[in-house]
Amino acid sequence: MSGPLTLSEASDKRLMPIEVPLPTAQLARKRALSEALVALALAGPAVFFLVVLFFLPVAAIFVIALTDWRFGATSLSFVGLSNFREVCADAGFRASLVNTVVYVSIVVPGTVILGLAIALVIEGGRSCRGLYRAIHFLPFMATLTAMAIAWEALLHPTIGLVNQALAALGLPTANWLRDENVALPILAVIGIWQNLGYAMVLFLAGLKSIPQELYNAADVDGADLWIDRLRTVTLPMLGPVTMFVVIVVALRAFEAFDTVKVLTQGGPGRASEVLLYTLYRESFEYLRTGYGAAVAVLFLAIVTTLTLVQVRFMDTKVHYQ
Amino acid sequence: MASVSIESIRKDYSLVPVLRNVSLSIADGEFLTLLGPSGCGKSTLLRILAGLEVQDAGSVRIAERVVDGLRPKRRDIAMVFQSYALYPHMSVASNMALPLRMRRLSALQRLPVLGRLLPGTAQITADIDMEVSHTAKSLGIGHLLPRKPGQLSGGQRQRVAVGRAMVRHPAVFLMDEPLSNLDAKLRVQMRAEIKELHRRLGVTFVYVTHDQAEAMTLSDRVAVMLDGELLQVAPPQDIYADPDNRRVAEFIGSPKINMFDGVVRERGLIDVAGSTLTIEADAITGTALSLGIRPEAFYLAERGGQGTLTGSVRMIEHMGSDLFVYLDLAGIDQPLIARLLAERAPHIVPGQTLHVGVRPERILLFTRDGRRLRPDRDSSKGAVTPFREVAR
Repeated sequence: MSGPLTLSEASDKRLMPIEVPLPTAQLARKRALSEALVALALAGPAVFFLVVLFFLPVAAIFVIALTDWRFGATSLSFVGLSNFREVCADAGFRASLVNTVVYVSIVVPGTVILGLAIALVIEGGRSCRGLYRAIHFLPFMATLTAMAIAWEALLHPTIGLVNQALAALGLPTANWLRDENVALPILAVIGIWQNLGYAMVLFLAGLKSIPQELYNAADVDGADLWIDRLRTVTLPMLGPVTMFVVIVVALRAFEAFDTVKVLTQGGPGRASEVLLYTLYRESFEYLRTGYGAAVAVLFLAIVTTLTLVQVRFMDTKVHYQ
Repeated sequence: MASVSIESIRKDYSLVPVLRNVSLSIADGEFLTLLGPSGCGKSTLLRILAGLEVQDAGSVRIAERVVDGLRPKRRDIAMVFQSYALYPHMSVASNMALPLRMRRLSALQRLPVLGRLLPGTAQITADIDMEVSHTAKSLGIGHLLPRKPGQLSGGQRQRVAVGRAMVRHPAVFLMDEPLSNLDAKLRVQMRAEIKELHRRLGVTFVYVTHDQAEAMTLSDRVAVMLDGELLQVAPPQDIYADPDNRRVAEFIGSPKINMFDGVVRERGLIDVAGSTLTIEADAITGTALSLGIRPEAFYLAERGGQGTLTGSVRMIEHMGSDLFVYLDLAGIDQPLIARLLAERAPHIVPGQTLHVGVRPERILLFTRDGRRLRPDRDSSKGAVTPFREVAR
C-alpha cells in the first residue's frame, strides 16, 4: 500500500507531539475488535452454510432459468426470458397453479379452524389432556411419505377401510385417488390431518398465555357466553399466534409434494398436480432443467408475495401485547 | 345502592380451607376494606361476592337478594382487577362501552357488520357512546378514548378500569388490590381519587388490599382477615387502637406493636422485662399475660422505676419529625421500638441507657392465647371477673 518510509517522514513523525493513546480508548477499541471477532466466529458457520446452501443455489436457479440447460447436458446457451414465456403459455402450469391455490385454500382455513377448535376443546376439558395432545400431534411428527402409504391403503377402492366403512353404512363409495373431482380435495384433507397437530400445539401455547383476569373481566362485563368470551378475549388475544400459524401452514401447503408423489403422481390427468410436483417432473423426469428453474423462480415469487401480503394485512389486525 | 351480607361462607381448595365460616354484613353505601396478608383468603372472598368463584357453603346477599348461583353479570356488581384486565386490543372507548353493549344490544345487534344495519342498533350505540364519553370526562380521561391500553400509563389504565366499572352504575363496586401495580406517589394520588369517587357515587365499595395505609385511609370499616378468618371488623381507628386480638394488633401498625410477656405481680401491677408497669385493671396475682404497646405510646422518662422500661439504645432511625429508637431490654431478644418526637429526644446515641415510660391506658393486654382483655370500666369495682373477655 505504502512505500518504505522516507527519512523525512519518519523524522516528522518523531517530531510531532507524542500521542499517548488514552488507555480507555485503546481498551475500548480492543474490546470492539474482540467483540467483532467473537461475533464473526459465532455467526460465521451459519452464514457460510446459509450462503452455500441457500443463497448460491437460489442465485443458480435464477441463472439456470435463463438458459436451455438440460439436466446432465455438458453445454447450455442463454435463451433470455423464453423459459418464462413458455411457462406462462403452458396450460399444464396454469392448471398446476390453480390446483395449488385450491389446495392451499382448503388446507389453510381447515387447519387453522380445526386446530383452534381442538385446542379449545382440549384446554377446556379436564381429563386426558396429554393423551389428546399427543394423538393430534403424532401425524405432524410422522414421515409423510410413510403416512401417505397408510392413506393409500385406507383409500383403496375395494379393500380400503374408508370405502368398506361407507359401504357398510349404505353410503356411496368412490375411487378416491382416481376420481378427478375428489383427488385434490382428498389430498387437502390429508394435508389438514398432517398440519393439524402443529397448529393445535401453537394455539394451546397461545391459550395458556391469556391472563385469566381477562376472562373474569369478561364475565363481570356480561360477555360470559362461550361465543362472547371467544370474540371478546380468546380470538383477539390469539391474534399473533394465529398470524404465525396461518403463514407457516400456508407455506407448508404450498410445498405439498410427498402425498402427491406417492398417492396420485399429479393425476388423474393433471387433476392433482401442484406446483412443486410440476417443478419436480419438469426438472427431474423430463430433464428440462431450465424450464423447471423458471417454474421454481415463479413459485418463489408467488410464495414470497403472498407471505408479505399476509403479514401486511394481518399485522394491522393483530394486537401484540 | 345495596347492602351486602355474607353468611357463613366456607371455601376449600383441594381440602385446604381458604375461608372458614366467614360472616360479614356491609351497609348500603359503606366503604369496607378486606385487609390481610397475601394468601389470607381476602381475594377469594371478593371473587365469591363477584360470582367468579362458588363457595362450598354459606350464602351471599346483595341488596337483600340471595345471589348464590347467579352469574356475575346478574349480580349488579362491577369489579376493578389488580392487573386492570383491560382488553388490550380494544380502544379505551370500546373497553368502557363493552359492559353496556353486552347488556343493551342483542347478540344479533353485536354482530360485526350486520349488527349495525339492524333497527335500533345505531340509537343504542349512540347512547352508549355518549354515556362512555360522559363517564370518561368525569374521570379526566376523555382525551384517551381513542387510545389502546398499551399506550397508557399505569395511572391512566387504572382510571379506565374504574371507568369501565362505573359506566353501568353498579350497586356494588368490588376492587381487588387496584393500586398495587402503581408507584408509591401515584398510589397516594389514586387513593385520594378512589375516596372521592366513593363520596361522589355513594354506592357500596368492597375493597381488598394488603396495604394498611390504604385500608386505614379509605375505609369506613376495615375487616382484618388472617388465615381465612375474619378477626375483627371495625372502623380504622378502632382496629389500630382497640384490637380484639393479638394477631390483629401485630398485623396493624408500622413499626410493629411491641409485645412482651408479663406476670401480674399484684392488683394493677405487672412484671415485664425486669421492670414493673402499671396496668389499668386488676387481675389475679401470678396470671401470665401478654402486653402490647404501640411504639408511639412510649415517652422519654427522666429516671427508671415503676411504670418505665429501661434498656440500652441499639439503633436510631431518624424519620424527620420522629425518631424510632430501638432499645435492647434485659432478657428479651426482640428490641423495643419507641417512636419519640424528635424535638423532645435530641441527644440520644447508640449504647446509651434510656428509660421510657408508658401510661397504663396505652397498654393493650392479651391472654397468652392471644385474646384481648379489656378493663371492664362499667363493672363495679372489686367484681369477681374484673376482665371482660372479648368474644371473637
